[in-house]
Amino acid sequence: MFGYANPKRFMELSGAVLLWLAAATAVLLALGLYLSFAAPPDYQQGDTVRIMFVHVPAAWVAMMAYGFMALASLIGLVNRHPLADIAAKEAAPLGALFTALALITGSLWGRPMWGTYWVWDGRLTSFLLLLFLYLGYIALWNAIESETRAARAAAILALVGVVNLPIIEFSVQWWSTLHQGESIVRAGGPLIASVFLWPLFLMAAGYTLLFFTLLIVRMRTEILERRARALALNASP
Amino acid sequence: MGGRDKPGQDGWVMGVWLPQLECIEALKLACVRGGRAVFRDVSFRLSRGEALVVEGPNGSGKTSLLRLIAGLLGPAGGTIHVSAGGSPVAEPDERGKYIGWLGHQDGAKAQLTPRETLAFFARLYGGREGIAEALESVSLTRAADLPCQYLSAGQKKRLALARLMLCGRPLWLLDEPLAALDAQGKRVVAEMLRAHARAGGLAVIATHEPLDIDAARLSLA
Amino acid sequence: MSAFAALLARDLRLATRAGGGALLALAFFAAVAALVPFGIGSEPRLLARVGGGVLWIAAVLAVLLALDRLFQADYEDGSLDLLALSPLPLEAIAAAKMAAHWLTTGLPLSILSPVLALLFNLPPRGYLALVLSLLIGTPAVSAIGAVAAALTLSIRRGGLILPLLVLPLLAPVVIFGAGAVLAAIDGLANGAIWLLAAFSVASVVLAPFVTAAALRLNTSE
Repeated sequence: MFGYANPKRFMELSGAVLLWLAAATAVLLALGLYLSFAAPPDYQQGDTVRIMFVHVPAAWVAMMAYGFMALASLIGLVNRHPLADIAAKEAAPLGALFTALALITGSLWGRPMWGTYWVWDGRLTSFLLLLFLYLGYIALWNAIESETRAARAAAILALVGVVNLPIIEFSVQWWSTLHQGESIVRAGGPLIASVFLWPLFLMAAGYTLLFFTLLIVRMRTEILERRARALALNASP
Repeated sequence: MGGRDKPGQDGWVMGVWLPQLECIEALKLACVRGGRAVFRDVSFRLSRGEALVVEGPNGSGKTSLLRLIAGLLGPAGGTIHVSAGGSPVAEPDERGKYIGWLGHQDGAKAQLTPRETLAFFARLYGGREGIAEALESVSLTRAADLPCQYLSAGQKKRLALARLMLCGRPLWLLDEPLAALDAQGKRVVAEMLRAHARAGGLAVIATHEPLDIDAARLSLA
Repeated sequence: MSAFAALLARDLRLATRAGGGALLALAFFAAVAALVPFGIGSEPRLLARVGGGVLWIAAVLAVLLALDRLFQADYEDGSLDLLALSPLPLEAIAAAKMAAHWLTTGLPLSILSPVLALLFNLPPRGYLALVLSLLIGTPAVSAIGAVAAALTLSIRRGGLILPLLVLPLLAPVVIFGAGAVLAAIDGLANGAIWLLAAFSVASVVLAPFVTAAALRLNTSE
């Protein structure tokens, strides 16, 4: 009930946009998936290359989501804007989901390529650490009872995380080259042909829209929940 | 530094010199905790030598009001003006440097003795002397070298009072200062507050119990 | 400076008195290291190879052990409010408490580490690198841990959530620290110790500011 004027506008705007966004997501994903299966098999990787079309965009969105979360956290921290806090909070489980998707598809791709589901490859390992960063952020939000306090603490954590991510990434790359010596086939590295580029591009756009569609749904739910709680609190003596 | 070495003059209380603080004025303060409005439109004004007793039932926001004044909590509305040494103090952090705080919890560490506790706070707040006198004035001399875990609740409260005297701050914010104290302890609090007022100090006291001092009253519904 | 020293001295005293965390962290370090051969077997060549990494992991866990109480104890007994109202800025308060924490955990276990390295049959060339890397790297663990300790201040079971927050952030410390030990054993110059030093310096310099921001939000809400 305090300073919720802006979430009100957000509800109106997002309500109007949501359906179109969902439709665009569905079209892009359908087209992308169709092209993924229509593309010819890779001469080296065979049909396994198709996993790339679901894996690489998931990894991109997983990273983008963390960046988005950190940006929203910064805005929430500086401008004390409740909508930014909600955006950051609701982005985290989605980011964790895309990170998990990237990890699972990555290890499924690794099975035929490396002969094992998990290799302590630099890229996979940094995504594992990213997943832990997301889980820590979600856990901190859930553990602090006061909403504003939780928002600010989580925002600080997200900013610490975003500063550390490049360092973690660097250290893990340093470590994996140190321990493995010979380089392994890099996920998404050598493929350039446009038959592969198109589905990759469409899937990336589809995943990104999917992220924002789900984000808006989650934000709307959270705002409605908070309103319901505020009503209940103010109704009771 | 001029008047600093003349005990007995204005500004001295129990051997401790108080920095100048002319007045504090609160205008239409509002407080929100956990999405619930605790109080609104709270205003008061205190000048040198004055005290304010804050009354109200549990949950009416007495502790929150003290935290707001101390700058430990941001107000949901309203303003607090403090003027010290002839000029206004803008920053809440800056305001903290004038405040003597006595909260619900006494800040005593179980493993440290009262003497160590006071020595620590005296150094932290600016190296003031008179630890033995402070202990004496709250009748803690005999327990001064026992770890605080052996002290009773009343003795810990006395320790906190001694700390308050040592810290030499002009604006005292006291949250239930009489809780856990016996009759003699309550007289010590009243005497401390009177001496503080004589020295030109200000005080805001949240309490349920009658307190024998001259003070304005503020009631939180 | 005197206020900083006072806080540092108080925290050192609290950590080393009965019930403090200093000895516990050391014992935990040794106990974790002693469990490892039960898990992976006692083959001397294997132990020599993994010894540096195992001791590094045990050290990180031991330093984390006492961290959840770093600010929580002061928060619960009211000392944190008194610290916040003292002339010492919150950044300096955070730095003093970090320093005290490292002096009572990271420093002694770095000194103890050669004894445990003996149990792991570590090659002689690795000893200096082990002690040096621990001395250089454990301050970063205290610093990053202090940020998380301040963030989890108000959580009753903060000790459970704290490791989840810090462990991914500490991956570079373990990688460079254990990497430095292996590099020394293999006679390689891979710059791990310099990367560790850079990470540690950056963490120690930045952490007090982030910690102070986290403390501020927790006292002010």
